[in-house]
Amino acid sequence: MLMGNTMPALDRGQRPSGRHVTRNKKSSADRWFKWILGLAGAGVLIVLAAMLVSTAVDAWPVFKREGWQFVTSSIWDPGTSRTEITGSYGALAFIVGTLATSGIALAIAVPLAVGSALYLTHAAPRWLRKPLTYTIELLAAVPSVVYGLWGLLFFVPVFLRPVMDLVAGSLGRFVPFLAPPVVTYNYFAAGVVLSIMILPIITAISREVMSKTPQSEIAAAYGLGATRWEMMRFVVLPRARPGIIGATMLGLGRALGETIAVAMLIGGSKQIADSIFLGGQSMAGIIAVTFQEAAPENVKALIGVGVVLFIITLIVNVMARLIVRLTGGRLLGDASV
Amino acid sequence: MSAPQASVAPSSVRPLDVRTPNAAKRSRRDRLVTGLLIVAVSLALFPIVLIFYQVIRKGVGAISWEFLTTTQPFSQRKTGGGYLNGLVGTFYMVALAMLVAVPLGVAAATYVVEYKESKLAPIVQFFTDVMTGVPSIFIGLYIYALLVQGSIGFSIGFSTLAGALALSLLMIPIVARSSEEVLRLVPDDLRNAAFGLGARRWQVVTQVVWPTASSGLITGSMLAVGRAAGETAPLLLTALGAFTIVPKLVNAAQSALPLIIYDEARGPFAAGQARAWAGALELMLIVLVVTIIARRVGRRSEIQQ
Amino acid sequence: MISRVFRVTVVLAGLSLLLTACGTANSPSAPAAGGSGLAADLLGAGASFPALLYQEWIGEYTSQVEPGVTINYQSIGSGGGIEQFIGQQTDFGASDAFLSDEDLAAARSARGCDPVHIPTVFGAVSVGYNLDGVDSLVLDGPTLAGIFLGDITSWNNPAIAASNEGVALPDEPIVVAHRSDGSGTTNIFTTYLSSVSEAWANGPGAGKEIEWPAKNSVGGEKNDGVASQIQQNPGSIGYLELAYAIETGIPVADIINSDGHAIAPTLEATAAAADGIAIPDDLRFNILGVGGQGYPIAGATWLLAWTCGYDDNVGDALKDWITWDLTRGDSVAEELLYSPLSSSLQAKALAQVDLINSNG
Repeated sequence: MLMGNTMPALDRGQRPSGRHVTRNKKSSADRWFKWILGLAGAGVLIVLAAMLVSTAVDAWPVFKREGWQFVTSSIWDPGTSRTEITGSYGALAFIVGTLATSGIALAIAVPLAVGSALYLTHAAPRWLRKPLTYTIELLAAVPSVVYGLWGLLFFVPVFLRPVMDLVAGSLGRFVPFLAPPVVTYNYFAAGVVLSIMILPIITAISREVMSKTPQSEIAAAYGLGATRWEMMRFVVLPRARPGIIGATMLGLGRALGETIAVAMLIGGSKQIADSIFLGGQSMAGIIAVTFQEAAPENVKALIGVGVVLFIITLIVNVMARLIVRLTGGRLLGDASV
Repeated sequence: MSAPQASVAPSSVRPLDVRTPNAAKRSRRDRLVTGLLIVAVSLALFPIVLIFYQVIRKGVGAISWEFLTTTQPFSQRKTGGGYLNGLVGTFYMVALAMLVAVPLGVAAATYVVEYKESKLAPIVQFFTDVMTGVPSIFIGLYIYALLVQGSIGFSIGFSTLAGALALSLLMIPIVARSSEEVLRLVPDDLRNAAFGLGARRWQVVTQVVWPTASSGLITGSMLAVGRAAGETAPLLLTALGAFTIVPKLVNAAQSALPLIIYDEARGPFAAGQARAWAGALELMLIVLVVTIIARRVGRRSEIQQ
Repeated sequence: MISRVFRVTVVLAGLSLLLTACGTANSPSAPAAGGSGLAADLLGAGASFPALLYQEWIGEYTSQVEPGVTINYQSIGSGGGIEQFIGQQTDFGASDAFLSDEDLAAARSARGCDPVHIPTVFGAVSVGYNLDGVDSLVLDGPTLAGIFLGDITSWNNPAIAASNEGVALPDEPIVVAHRSDGSGTTNIFTTYLSSVSEAWANGPGAGKEIEWPAKNSVGGEKNDGVASQIQQNPGSIGYLELAYAIETGIPVADIINSDGHAIAPTLEATAAAADGIAIPDDLRFNILGVGGQGYPIAGATWLLAWTCGYDDNVGDALKDWITWDLTRGDSVAEELLYSPLSSSLQAKALAQVDLINSNG
């Protein structure tokens, strides 16, 4: 990952020729400076390592007792002991909740984001591009709790509930996971609002990657008589595909870790629901909602859930950034952090 | 079937009239797709319009001078009062978080960019990247276990400091990553010129690189501030919440705008919900102003390669 | 040499801190001399069951009686109240579930002295519902248990119709609303269900947090959340403290008590439920087997405090506030339909208050 440019002739700390040259002599100020900066960098590492290690150690008794059941069982029955582990801790329901809402979010956000990115880079009138881009990225500046509030008190009961009733009443007859009954706050509600939240990041990176399509190839396609769609399909998209995948994964990483908006809209039930129109709970949500009252053994289990969540988001994020970087995209700006 | 050749005869042929047999179908498909793309963009824009409309509509109705300058009523069912305690709490904790996160983040980024030959630098870079993906609730849980419950040996209780530390952990990777991008954009020519004039390495960084990148660094920091101001999850477990203005740093629970909004939005009381909309408007305005200023500052002095 | 960035950062942070300082200086709740000059900052957390009442009490006490005292009560649920109390993050706790023996032992070893249970009021756990066109509903214990067990899934089920003659019950699925956090209200409700239904006692049982068997259910945090869920879901039924139902206009059901009377949750019925129960010395009790004119799903709620370890001003303020609640808070309590303690019980409660901070 080193930049191409390296310092040409001068070594660090070496004086220009013509004067007495002292090789590799560093001034103490230089040393201090490097040391302080290095300490800051190391500090970041140490904090991260401390977070991961201390939480894993804290949660270890629960992991040891539950084994793989921790992620395969859906019985979450916390005990109240202060010294031992007496409850059952199976986090499957929350893992399903997190994955289901993230899945719904991706299913909605990716087509919209890719479509928007295509439009913004290749189809929109020039004067419209910047304002539209800016507006979509504004979505990233809305705080999570405002999404939650807006979803809870307005969007879900007013807009989504009728849609859910409609789908459950019609398609729900044939498709099991769309079946009624419908509760207002459920996987679907959380998933839709989540999709709005991850839209800016997927759009921004897709846009980035698509704008890097070489003009020569675009011109060549047009020269061969391609329509705009054909140009997009045969020139832009194939090149952009890995970047779009990376963008999607980054969006997924963001969706997996989102706590507040999902907790407010997912329904608060500890079961694995049969339908997306019934309520459930996410990993981040169960932590947020129950930590305050959790007895010490329960706190360990919640930390365990946090560790599992962290590891999953970690893997997704790392893979995503690798993919995006390898395909020449740049992760610039606030939408991507 | 080969494409028809354009005729070479000058006057009687209109070159652009050459069409393949399925041209009509292709052009229809093209128009259809363009239509779909427009639908996609409209759908993408629809929520932002809806959110702004709803928050402004409901918030403007409830926001007032009283709202901005008085603290919460003790009970959600009461009308009146405001979110001043949350506003002060947010400012307090974000300011403290900034004091920790900005120097650390910029320093770490500087190390990664300016000393990239060192073995530590790529490791730091990778891990700051990783840190941006840590779920915010996890950060809150960590600080809760460490400092509030006191697994570290002493406890500071639910407090301003605990909340500020949680926010700073959130901000550091954001500051570091965006600073990294900005520092990389500083042309090496500038660095070389400084070395050529006899500057030491630390002087090059502090007197050439940092000033050149300063707008971008400010942008990154302000974006992190905007993000931190809007966070709820890490504060749930560290600041807890309060109904009055809390000046104490430790051992006293602190309030924050997002926390109050979270609380009153989920309650069944109309008075509380009305205040929540006003609070949402207030918070959104703060975050938007910070974000827009950040982008303005960054854009105005974009470093051209 | 300090680059622009750091300058700007310091300025911004400084500005924020300045604003904060101004805010705290002008804070209307800045300590002032008043009342008998008590000054302390108290932090308490716990039950949402009495939260509406406690907030009223706190509001009145800190503004009119002792302006030098600030009390921050965070409604986080009884489970949270107990945890944070034992964990010593709060000065006092609040819970509608008294400390179990194990919790008591843990508390003692955590602080080095005993905690005290101070009952403050009795409240009714009402059964709220959202059913278009049905203004009144009567349910008995076994039916209620059946609904929450998920055995009775539709509103026009014969078991429900049996106690509601003449009411047109629709053929709608029942949505069960429950708590998603650890709750004393849940404890009161499930203790009642266990006492009237063997299936329930052998199944989910009683507790602050249980596995809810009904498939078609939603969870809400705190009483507030359950109220919201009931409001938002047509066909829903849930349990919540009476004041929340009244304040939000949610209709509540009459419950048939052990004498066969269908009783609506009212102030009188709540007081009648508490009448004549045997109160042990440590003041930890459940209200069960209510007959006569008493509402059968009722419980007490307690404030928890320590017998040692407070700073003097904190201990004094805490004792003063709780004494004020018990002796002066009756009218506010009744306004919100919480039933104050009988005079004999109040005397016992005040005796407990005296024990606060008594071991130094």
